[in-house]
Amino acid sequence: MKRPQPNKPNKPNKLNKLNKLNKLNKPNEPNKPYEVVMKTFGGPVLFLDRSNINTDEIIPAKYLTENTKEDLKPFILEDLKLPGFDPAVNTRGAGVIVTRANFGCGSSREHAVWVFEVNNINVVIAESFARIFRQNMFNCGMLAIELPKKDIDALFAVGPEVTVSIDMDKETLIARGTKEFTCKFTLNSFDKDLVLAGGWLAYADKKY
Amino acid sequence: MGKTITEKIFEAHQRDVPSAHNVVLDIDVVMCHEITTPIAVNDLKARGMDRVFDPAKIKVVIDHVTPSKDTKTAIQAKILRDWARRNHINDFFDIGANGICHALFPEKGFIRPGYTVIMGDSHTCTHGAFGAFAAGVGTTDLEVGILKGVCSFRLPETMKITIAGKLGKGVYAKDVILRVIKELTVNGATDKVMEFRGPVVDGMSMESRMTVCNMAIEAGATCGVCLPDRVTAEYLWPFIQDQYQDVEAAVADFRKWHSDADAGYAAEKTFDVTGLAPQVTYGYKPDEVKDITDMAGARIDQVYMGSCTNGRIEDLRVAAEILKGRKIADHVRAILSPATPKVYSQALDEGLIRIFMEAGFCVTNPTCGACLGMSNGVLAPGEVCASTTNRNFNGRMGKGGMVHLMSPLAAAAAAVKGCITDPREML
Ligand code: SF4
Repeated sequence: MKRPQPNKPNKPNKLNKLNKLNKLNKPNEPNKPYEVVMKTFGGPVLFLDRSNINTDEIIPAKYLTENTKEDLKPFILEDLKLPGFDPAVNTRGAGVIVTRANFGCGSSREHAVWVFEVNNINVVIAESFARIFRQNMFNCGMLAIELPKKDIDALFAVGPEVTVSIDMDKETLIARGTKEFTCKFTLNSFDKDLVLAGGWLAYADKKY
Repeated sequence: MGKTITEKIFEAHQRDVPSAHNVVLDIDVVMCHEITTPIAVNDLKARGMDRVFDPAKIKVVIDHVTPSKDTKTAIQAKILRDWARRNHINDFFDIGANGICHALFPEKGFIRPGYTVIMGDSHTCTHGAFGAFAAGVGTTDLEVGILKGVCSFRLPETMKITIAGKLGKGVYAKDVILRVIKELTVNGATDKVMEFRGPVVDGMSMESRMTVCNMAIEAGATCGVCLPDRVTAEYLWPFIQDQYQDVEAAVADFRKWHSDADAGYAAEKTFDVTGLAPQVTYGYKPDEVKDITDMAGARIDQVYMGSCTNGRIEDLRVAAEILKGRKIADHVRAILSPATPKVYSQALDEGLIRIFMEAGFCVTNPTCGACLGMSNGVLAPGEVCASTTNRNFNGRMGKGGMVHLMSPLAAAAAAVKGCITDPREML
């Protein structure tokens, strides 16, 4: 498990400011304008070399009592057991996760997406996702990119220290490490609309 | 080509088609519990959107940690309670009336054939047992559901799962679904609906069908579904008798949702369950399943009887068959959490609670309890639990604990023997 570079190209996530508004006992602010922010995508890669990583491993149930997204931050991937993986060290500075098949299975908890969001990881690239996790990612305006196994293998091979940049318009990603690897990805047009809108709530609020 | 039940439900609820692969559906029931809803409520409040689309279509329960165990869970309960009152949600179930969402809401008659149902809980697929499309969603989907009464889905394909043959003595719905998941694996049905068909399903009670549909998500499915029939109509009769002349009329009406004979399926699989042994999981994934005979003798520390999978009255009856006149093993501690107040009081009336208590069980109030290791029944590292729940993930019932999933009968047998054992030998 390699440690990603600590220098992060991503701008600080403006949504986090909004999340702070979720604090308890904060008086209701009626008609507060709806803030829509498209996220930035890309950055150092955290490789998680296993299939079927479930949401209990991403954020254990005991933290589901937290009532703000920010409070989840330190507990990212706390229960994930992988050889040589230390969540506190390895997740630091990461902007992208690259992993195997059926990522995010199990509990529907969106906390699994938020714990990435508040740690500035806005992209997960996998062979496949569990449905609810994938939907939660797009609903939060984040990217869940599915790639065929050969491309995932190629991404792992670029390592160990890799930075990914993503071109949403061209649906292309470039991984730079000791080698360079470029590949295409496809986004369902609706999922793309959600990302551009800044998430499902913003999209639905306008449209329905 | 004909249509599947899911395609018919989608067609009847279609609000929008935002892309070739997605639809936005009108939702009939939005269900809420205190773990995933408070963040949605806080977020809507912070955005000045503290409203609900229709209070009559929102059903709310405090079930995961109840009574509250500490300040944080008390705050979660309070946020939900205050929100439900503020928005005039009448179907709100608090202490004294609360039970596990997926057991309680069907019991109240909230789920009907042809409905669309969402909840911020992955086991929402349980409600497909009524011939509904019921899917677990995240908090953002829940927020939009609460606010607008809609939810987006990719067009799901359907997998037809036929359960053929005849279940032997001591083998139940839980064993059937564990067997199916073993074959499909944990992502074998991702983005698909599992339509359960065949004589074994037709012969099942609503409770058993709920057990089967409950675990569809463990194969990655969006929803499990059974065709609504006489069993469904009889279960729902107290709630629908004003709408139909008799049960017969309801059965006939429900048939409009049935999949057509020439409907298209993404895959079809038949399982012959004749001769199937009781099943048990051995690892940290629900597809790691063996015949119980291959696990016999594995020592356990705790037994947990309950959850949205197997905390219903028929589960308690089955377990009581083995527990009656017996005691749990000395080194074992055993916990029963009846799924709802109705299950609890029915079990009292039938003398089942006495049987459990005399065997040495601790009986808790209706709650999710040990199932997710958030409140009671947490395992110490290295401890092993024989459990009637649906997930055996690492850490699920407590850090370092191990969970073996099995039927209520097998869990009762394990309690008595102190190790995993073939329950058929004790009948
Ligand atoms: S009983 Fe377990 S699986 Fe069912 S809703 Fe409660 S926590 Fe979830």
